[in-house]
Amino acid sequence: MAPDSLTVFAPQGMLGYGIPERSMRLGVERRPDVLAVDAGSIDPGPHYLGAGVSFTNRRSVRKDLEMILDAAHAHRIPVLIGSAGGAGGDAHLDWLIEIYREICRERGYSFRTARISAEIDRDWLRRRLADGAISPLDHDNALTAGHLERATRIVGQMGYEPFMRAIEAGAEVVIAGRAFDPAMMGAHALLRGFDRGLTVHMGKLLECGGAAAYPRHGSDGLLATLHHDSFTVEPPNPDKVCTVASVAAHSLYERANPYHMEFPGGAIDLHATRFEQESERVVRISGTRYIEAPHYTIKLEGVERVGYRTIAIAGVRDPILISRFDEYVTNIRSRVAERYPDGYRLTVHSYGRNGVMGSIEAARAEQPFDTSAAVLALTRSAALHVTYPGRKGIAGNLAFPFSPSDIAVGPVYEFTIHHLVKVEDPCALFAMDLFTP
Amino acid sequence: MPPSGSLANTVTVGDVAAFVTSKNAGPYKLTLDIVFSTAADYERFVGQAGLDREAIAAIYGIPLADVLDVIHFAPAFAVKIALRRRITAGAAGDSDVYGAQQHVPLMQHRIAW
Repeated sequence: MAPDSLTVFAPQGMLGYGIPERSMRLGVERRPDVLAVDAGSIDPGPHYLGAGVSFTNRRSVRKDLEMILDAAHAHRIPVLIGSAGGAGGDAHLDWLIEIYREICRERGYSFRTARISAEIDRDWLRRRLADGAISPLDHDNALTAGHLERATRIVGQMGYEPFMRAIEAGAEVVIAGRAFDPAMMGAHALLRGFDRGLTVHMGKLLECGGAAAYPRHGSDGLLATLHHDSFTVEPPNPDKVCTVASVAAHSLYERANPYHMEFPGGAIDLHATRFEQESERVVRISGTRYIEAPHYTIKLEGVERVGYRTIAIAGVRDPILISRFDEYVTNIRSRVAERYPDGYRLTVHSYGRNGVMGSIEAARAEQPFDTSAAVLALTRSAALHVTYPGRKGIAGNLAFPFSPSDIAVGPVYEFTIHHLVKVEDPCALFAMDLFTP
Repeated sequence: MPPSGSLANTVTVGDVAAFVTSKNAGPYKLTLDIVFSTAADYERFVGQAGLDREAIAAIYGIPLADVLDVIHFAPAFAVKIALRRRITAGAAGDSDVYGAQQHVPLMQHRIAW
């Protein structure tokens, strides 16, 4: 007989962004069946997947993970973490597992633990490519063998099934690489027979933690209780409330279409969803429908290194220069081009003018090695000294706030793989290891 | 009464909406959300702002094909607009990796009210 309800507590929207201690205590007092947290995102850009480092801070991640594991140990609550280390590759996953082992060693915790990898085997991808089983997502660029060859790292976004397999194998703590964000929120619910549409919608709200509650400031948690015909959400923080507007508005977040959300194996449809104010701080959601996909697909994410970047930051105060800014930049570009005709891209972000919205060149500069420091050094000296019509301040055009003025930012990566691949077995790609720290 | 179409009868989208905001929807798309506080404001806006794909293309000065969708989402009193990014998030030359500061032309757009 299936249980009547299941409570999931997401103590924060991103591992490492901070957990308010009071919210954690009040959330755990509700005796949740699951503690689940999202640890990653594609939003910080391609660098992190390429470089194999996290966009979250180690010390901060450790503090948050300590709080979660302390609660898990004290109350015997299972813990599910997805998209470990931010980008969810093996380097990211092992970075988080090392922090996890450290905490467990210091505190004497010995959870039965599952590690699930999300890096995808390239030979398998080559075969899927040859079978025509890979298609672009949100763009028109067909995947090529060259993309697979050049990619620095390729991950797949796992669905619910790898988490369910780990739970069935007896894992008390699951730490997984790149994952569909709501998957760790709902794996227990699917195993216990709850409605798939409601389970996915619940996970979608939980994955950003307290973001579905007002006021929407600071990292905070969210509690959800799933029933067979509906689920409720409420913030553990008594100073916050879930309202129909706060919860419905969250359905918009980071999505192109609020009515339809696809995930590995299916989609949810929100056309018939009802949002009702259950009490002052609690919203009840029902009516969300599950639609099975014709093929089970996994979203692939991959980046390749396209060059190196060196930057300089400088201010301009001279009103004559500002009035002639375009000619000034043209002069800098032509000075640089005299020595370095091609093989690089020089971008000027003119803050205070059009630094954010300005039109952008679309050409791509492929660099086998780092020429960016040389190009930037010449650009900086040219920018400091080139002339422009009406120039009076002839000693130097720029106010540099720092010395050194030139900052090497390292390799530049671009997303080149953002595709769907058809799979037969939702778990086969995602290797699982069980261990006890 | 000022003549219709004069500035006296107009407001900016930001004046009447609770939120006007932008964010990536994956590395290849941007999503713009206009969210209202009340059903009345939302319905009035939908009824008279005339923000279709053509209008959004004009506001942003981008090709119509890059305005992927304009969706009305009544449960949140929200209008959602999906744009194709001119450059993939974080690629060389991108100026807004999270796409979080692309809402201003929409926020400052004037509509009859």
